[in-house]
Amino acid sequence: MAKLIAKTPLDGMAVLTIGTVSIEEVDLGVLTSVAPYVDQASDAGAALKSAHGMAWPAPNRATGKEGARAIWFGRDMVLLAGPAPDASLATHAALTDQSDAWCAVQVSGAGAEDVLARLVPVDVGFARFKRGHTARTQIQHMNGSVTRVGTDTFVLMVFRSMAGTLLHDLRRAMESVAARG
Amino acid sequence: MRLQCPICGARDVREFYYQGAAVMLERPDPDAGEAAWDDYLHLRDNPAGEHAELWSHDAGCGAWLKVRRNTATHEVYSAVLTREVKR
Repeated sequence: MAKLIAKTPLDGMAVLTIGTVSIEEVDLGVLTSVAPYVDQASDAGAALKSAHGMAWPAPNRATGKEGARAIWFGRDMVLLAGPAPDASLATHAALTDQSDAWCAVQVSGAGAEDVLARLVPVDVGFARFKRGHTARTQIQHMNGSVTRVGTDTFVLMVFRSMAGTLLHDLRRAMESVAARG
Repeated sequence: MRLQCPICGARDVREFYYQGAAVMLERPDPDAGEAAWDDYLHLRDNPAGEHAELWSHDAGCGAWLKVRRNTATHEVYSAVLTREVKR
């Protein structure tokens, strides 16, 4: 078979900085959606804890740290980002490999909240949306995921096919925020 | 308008998809007769006032909600998960 070269959704874009905000594509590692079977959520949570050392996240929360996160991803679903899922999880939950399905971009800098305020219809201000908080919501017109991973740092995820649109929308918002100083 | 999703919290209406009147939850028995099924499938009230509706939180958690709201004042009274609605 021909030797194939894997490309990331944004094809290794350079870091883009406009004003005080920077964006860069991030590789979250293996992405697996973990959807517990009926009445097995607590067993799946215990398996996640013992196999990967992360608590099962409550709705609108993410646990873990860089390189291995569990991000709440919808009703009865958590996205395991980083490690390949331990086999013990499969006993209690349906696992689906989503590694190539999502584009992840990190937005960081002092004005990151202002940029997201132009794109996301939830309040991402620090008072309401702290580190470890996440939301399934819209980013401009795309369904996506927004997670605060640091004081001024967010990880945004959209479907891989919409990577270019995400980059375009972020650039427009960053230019708009920078122009107002 | 904002809807109070039981899972996600208060969210902007743009995150939701509107399905229609909540009568879809009250499916008649298969042998309920032509009139009941005709009513269930085709006949809808068009109230100016309180109305029960189905909304899907498409851009959020993905859950179906039964929402009671007032079509005249846009006041939202309640939103519950359809899976918790007694059949």
